[in-house]
Amino acid sequence: MSAHTHEVKHEAHGSLKSYIVGFILSIILTVIPYFLVVNHVLTGNSLIFTIMGIGVLQLLIQVIFFLHLSLAPESRSTTLSFIFTVVIVLILVVGSLWIMWNLNYNMMEHS
Amino acid sequence: MSAQAINNHDHHHDHEAEATSKVVFGFWIYIMSDCILFACIFATYAVLHGNVYGGPSGKELFDLPYVMIETFLLLTSSFTYGLAMLAVHKNNKSQVLFWLFITFLLGLSFIGMEINEFHHLIVEGNGPSRSAFLSSFFALVGTHGLHVTCGLIWMVLLMIQVSKHGITGITTRKLSCLSLFWHFLDIVWIFVFTVVYLMGVM
Repeated sequence: MSAHTHEVKHEAHGSLKSYIVGFILSIILTVIPYFLVVNHVLTGNSLIFTIMGIGVLQLLIQVIFFLHLSLAPESRSTTLSFIFTVVIVLILVVGSLWIMWNLNYNMMEHS
Repeated sequence: MSAQAINNHDHHHDHEAEATSKVVFGFWIYIMSDCILFACIFATYAVLHGNVYGGPSGKELFDLPYVMIETFLLLTSSFTYGLAMLAVHKNNKSQVLFWLFITFLLGLSFIGMEINEFHHLIVEGNGPSRSAFLSSFFALVGTHGLHVTCGLIWMVLLMIQVSKHGITGITTRKLSCLSLFWHFLDIVWIFVFTVVYLMGVM
């Protein structure tokens, strides 16, 4: 009985394999943008979108493999509150940048 | 009698597990609100990062290989905390303490490197009062650093508690909360690394 509960608990918290996979993928997704920037492989907006995209990918990797968010019933409310927060964060950041861009703030001068 | 005892035990166990999941979910909601705090500071940084007021820009200030080492320290500490949590679920006290200690050392080195970086900037006259860019830079990176420092203090306290009381329902609950906090700080750092440092030197 005790072993059974233990097993269930263990599953909900991920396994050694999930941590190792998450760790290796995170390293790869940290090294790629670093070399893209250092070696000037891409320039301007394409570089910005690429490294932001890789950043978001790493966010997803860590959320899945380290924080163990999933659509399973027991972690659904956690996942839903996470998605809600992502929406709020996007409104905050994109909205601020959009407004300030329209105010003709001299903020994108490097691109 | 025996069956009843088992039943009681199970009931107690379920009750505790439920309390733990409630506390951890409440802590998760706090972390989500912390996300919004960081979003505000990120937005401020994104708006102000070009306003250098004749001072140096990120391109002249940031040392990318140095920041890369910081990134790896924090990423590895996130991984070792995960290993500590696996040890918690295996009920292996000495392994928990070992991985927590490794995580603590990695986090401490990260903070040390960050303080060193800030110290250099301020000594060279590029403190937060130099320009809007540097104000927002110190606000963003400093807030993250403060969070990591709080996490480190919390980790020391938990190491003491675990070594004193072992892996009980209460210490497991606290370790689970810190686990969320620590992984969250690593995720925030991904964006500090990408937005501040990588885009800063472009």
